[in-house]
Amino acid sequence: MKVLVPVKRVVDYNVKVRVKSDGTGVELANVKMSMNPFDEIAVEEALRLKEAGKATEVVVVSIGPAQASETIRTGLAMGADRGILVKAEGNVEPLAVAKILKAVVEAEQPGLVILGKQAIDDDSNQTGQMLAALLGWSQATFASKLEVEGSDFKVTREVDGGLQTIKLKGPAIVTTDLRLNEPRYASLPNIMKAKKKPIDDKSVADYGVDVTPRLEVLKTAEPAGRKAGVKVKDVAELVNKLKTEAGVL
Amino acid sequence: MTTLLIAEHDHETLKDSTNKALTAASQLGGDVHVLVAGGGQGTKAAAEAAAKLAGVSKVLVAEGPAYEHDLAEPLAALIVALAPGYDAFVAPATSRFKNVMPRVAALLDVMQVSEIIKVVAPDTYERPIYAGNAIQTVKSKDAKKVITVRTSTFAAAGEGGSAAIENAASAADPGLSTFVGEEVAKSDRPELTSAKIIVSGGRAMQSRENFAKYIEPLADKLGAGVGASRAAVDAGYAPNDWQVGQTGKVVAPELYVAVGISGAIQHLAGMKDSKVIVAINKDEDAPIFQVADYGLVADLYQAVPELTEALGKLGK
Repeated sequence: MKVLVPVKRVVDYNVKVRVKSDGTGVELANVKMSMNPFDEIAVEEALRLKEAGKATEVVVVSIGPAQASETIRTGLAMGADRGILVKAEGNVEPLAVAKILKAVVEAEQPGLVILGKQAIDDDSNQTGQMLAALLGWSQATFASKLEVEGSDFKVTREVDGGLQTIKLKGPAIVTTDLRLNEPRYASLPNIMKAKKKPIDDKSVADYGVDVTPRLEVLKTAEPAGRKAGVKVKDVAELVNKLKTEAGVL
Repeated sequence: MTTLLIAEHDHETLKDSTNKALTAASQLGGDVHVLVAGGGQGTKAAAEAAAKLAGVSKVLVAEGPAYEHDLAEPLAALIVALAPGYDAFVAPATSRFKNVMPRVAALLDVMQVSEIIKVVAPDTYERPIYAGNAIQTVKSKDAKKVITVRTSTFAAAGEGGSAAIENAASAADPGLSTFVGEEVAKSDRPELTSAKIIVSGGRAMQSRENFAKYIEPLADKLGAGVGASRAAVDAGYAPNDWQVGQTGKVVAPELYVAVGISGAIQHLAGMKDSKVIVAINKDEDAPIFQVADYGLVADLYQAVPELTEALGKLGK
């Protein structure tokens, strides 16, 4: 079974993003970029399936600017076999990404696609579900455990109030939650090896997908701030303030 | 314009998140119909509750085993089957609808607008990006709108309606996934997303036992829900469904008590809309104090039992 893992290049999760003063977006110039953390978990899970003999090949695909090849290299350094870069400029929305991925899936014929549950830039949480819809495949979002059962899958999902386990008819779409695994670091020899692994260069035009955004971004603004309040000296003062001043007791 | 609101319920009672999403749905203008899809007898009770909500003009009920366990494929198929009659589809951004709605959107060839926090105009909404560090205003150019609502930022709609209840036209179950089992944490405490008061513990709690010994008694004294920071969850001190933050639950209670929580950006993103924030932390430079209305620099192992006792004296 081949496993396809789509990955996104995003602002590194340690970077404090700044909104541009003209309200046109967030500052992306000279900002450290990395693989979306949920996608790292997806790559890791695919590699574990391969190491367990359940998967034969792990293919990493990214849709984005030329620099997204670095993100693919990260996946290859972790241990993926090869990459596909679909070059696209500007903002490509989840629906358009899902349409491109559908075409990639049709060409690659994987038995499983593992995606991060959401990208930490636009926080949309849509692409996996949309891809499943377009392919007419089963889906399991927010996975914390994934088991292969022949060509089918058993997935435990993080849902409000607990865990749900479902069985998916393969081929299937799984999106990762935080507790699925802890992604490995790429070792230096593997980083060197990754440089020789093939990356297929494609463009959006190769797949004939219209990527015109459906959402027009009118403005990007700082969130309303919250001011620091007062420090109280002890529990008695705290209780008093909550009772008389805040009125919440 | 007619909007279909998809109701969140536990197959017995309607959830508060439905009332909140209804407020957003009503702000789109136009009629609001509510779809209650579920398995078993409780579905009817939830539908009757939905019919009483102010601003609802019709309730559609779909009852069947395919809807019993919130599987994405049959529920998405049902909503898509109903789609010709509607201009907008609204659901609370709970785990159930984060799962289902993008599937609906793709089947309708619509770009979903996720987790809106404000309706600016019927086609224009505000939504947080980058874990709430920026707020984007977006205008949807799609003919039909598919929207999920961050419920913590909308007031709950009250009762006062008497809508007609009809059976929804059925849709075929694609049969792609099946329910195996679930582990639902049973608790008498209020759920985080609807609790009026929340007491949360952080990494400083040091163990699961300390959560039970310090956080839970305080929460129970206040009739509060119990939350945790991601650090506490990752360390195994608290179950994952207690997690408050960008990757957990986003909450906005009347009172949020943060105990031994430093205040990482990702935690703040999940609770900074709370009305009153109390922070108890022994590190006076902890970032949590920058958003707290009342900060107490103290050792939590002394301060929390003291607080619990003081509240007891108040008759709590």
